[in-house]
Amino acid sequence: MYTISNRLKTFSIILIVLGALGVAYGFMTSHKSLEEVKTMLVEEHAHDGGQDASAQVHTESPDSAVSGTADVSHDDEHAVHVQAQLAKRPWSAMYVSALFFMFIALGALVFYALQIASQSGWSPVLFRVMEAISAYLLPGAIIVILLAVGSHYIGQNNEIFVWMNPDVVAEDKLIQNKSGYLNITAFLIRAIIFIGGWCTYRYFARKFSIAQDNAEPGDNRNFKKGFRIAAGFLVFYLYSESVMSWDWIMSVDPHWFSTLFGWYVLSSMVVCGITVIVMLTIYLKGKGLLPMANDSHIHDLAKYIFGFSIFWAYLWFSQFMLIWYANIPEEVVYFVSRIEDYKLLFFGMVALNFVFPFLILMNSDNKRVPWFVMMAGVVVLIGHYIDVFVMIMPATVVDRWFIGIPEIGSVLLFGGLFLLVVFTSLSKAPLTPKNNPFIKESENFEY
Amino acid sequence: METSSKVIHAMYTDDDVLMAAVKKVRAERYHIEEIYTPFPVHGLDKAMGLAPTRLAITSFLYGCVGLVVSIVMIDYMMIEDWPQNIGGKPSFSYLENMPAFIPIMFELTVFFAAHLLVITFYLRSKLWPFKKAENPDIRTTDDHFLMEISAGDNIDEQFDILRNTGAVEVTLIDKAH
Repeated sequence: MYTISNRLKTFSIILIVLGALGVAYGFMTSHKSLEEVKTMLVEEHAHDGGQDASAQVHTESPDSAVSGTADVSHDDEHAVHVQAQLAKRPWSAMYVSALFFMFIALGALVFYALQIASQSGWSPVLFRVMEAISAYLLPGAIIVILLAVGSHYIGQNNEIFVWMNPDVVAEDKLIQNKSGYLNITAFLIRAIIFIGGWCTYRYFARKFSIAQDNAEPGDNRNFKKGFRIAAGFLVFYLYSESVMSWDWIMSVDPHWFSTLFGWYVLSSMVVCGITVIVMLTIYLKGKGLLPMANDSHIHDLAKYIFGFSIFWAYLWFSQFMLIWYANIPEEVVYFVSRIEDYKLLFFGMVALNFVFPFLILMNSDNKRVPWFVMMAGVVVLIGHYIDVFVMIMPATVVDRWFIGIPEIGSVLLFGGLFLLVVFTSLSKAPLTPKNNPFIKESENFEY
Repeated sequence: METSSKVIHAMYTDDDVLMAAVKKVRAERYHIEEIYTPFPVHGLDKAMGLAPTRLAITSFLYGCVGLVVSIVMIDYMMIEDWPQNIGGKPSFSYLENMPAFIPIMFELTVFFAAHLLVITFYLRSKLWPFKKAENPDIRTTDDHFLMEISAGDNIDEQFDILRNTGAVEVTLIDKAH
């Protein structure tokens, strides 16, 4: 039985408080009046005047009062855009972090269901770890939805999703045509179905898993029930995850669409889930709380990180290359905006999410060294945070992005919450399942 | 070589018995020349104390060679030698047009890594068509396991030990020819 240590509890509460302060700072500094934005823009022009086209117009006709009026109205429009982008930054920063941690929980839950449905013999000693990580799914997913809808109802013109803004929709024929799908009521109904489905599975899987612990030896009824719902959940998950990725991520760019987007998000999610499973396993093993987990379990999980990182890179490249090759304007804008304003992050995450784990985790011996896997895990998690960042930010703050106090604050806030929820859940049941038909095989697992 | 060209063949009918015998014989510090089995016996290499294979490392290096070959080839053909405008693809530099080359880079890497690895395996294990088969007893390809030990000075003692490990047949073979 695991008990959450006071140090860990204080640590996660400190993270939450620091994060909340960072987020609050973000909100206080992001909502600027139009005048402030204009002075800010003028200062920016003064700094890098030569690069900006509108600044060049100014220098070419410095004293022309007539053309000045036209410029002012153009500047006004520009300033309104920039004002909205600045206002969206703390919302988007929180949304990115909230999505990232929800992905971890959902990825771990899917991996757990896969292990049960495939009746794998090596993983049962890690089931409690996976169940604990997936405990964050319910609060995490609700936070995501609250942020998505809250950004519409709180404040002015700072929606994460532009299709929620009626002024934008009124002038946009494309979004109008999609409004049968993209409207807040339908968005909420779908979200409730997804979260309800996932969390119902999580609730019953956990219930049957613990019931199996207390069952008479030889009584496998709860194990069988767990197996059946895992299979059902996987079918539901594949559909719901795909639609979820359209709703919660792809629709930040309502003019853009990609058919393999759902799988791309899925691969990212599963990598994050597995990485956190192995990191938590190593942590608990280091404390001597998971004596049954041996090197081979770490090795197997590290292989999964390796494999799914390659799978992620495959989907990332397939999506990018198909659109780059055909170069159809309405599709390619997505990557044009990312490569122009997010070049380092967009290509840097390929190094972090693919090249690094590919080279580091290729060697079979490395995959058994806990600190090595831990280090690779940290890099992979940073890479996938950037992945989510590059999915959301270019559509909301465009070129006004920075990884500063609001972003780091959001990561601390939800990271602290994640740790608190996961470790609390971990302390609610014995760490090694009993009476699971595969537990003996799992304890003696050796690769 | 110079001491004796005589070897002892011990036959077993079960892989578990064979594993136990290997451990016993190694504990007695007799040198195991070779073991013939009809199928892979899990853990036999560890029990025999064989060094781990380095084939995976060669495969990685071959993959690197394949990657370099593909890059140099495509760069020469598409960028250096005749940089045509084909459907508006940017052929000014290798990097600009790289997404279009990655499928070939990937396939050639796999091709080199796989084929050269297999060839290395054949060379190192001395396998080729028309090679004379080396099985000392035809039953080892079906259901028998054979352990070959170099015969020492006290052959009777070796025979006793081998019989005690569960060998169904122990024979002294003179390999000199």
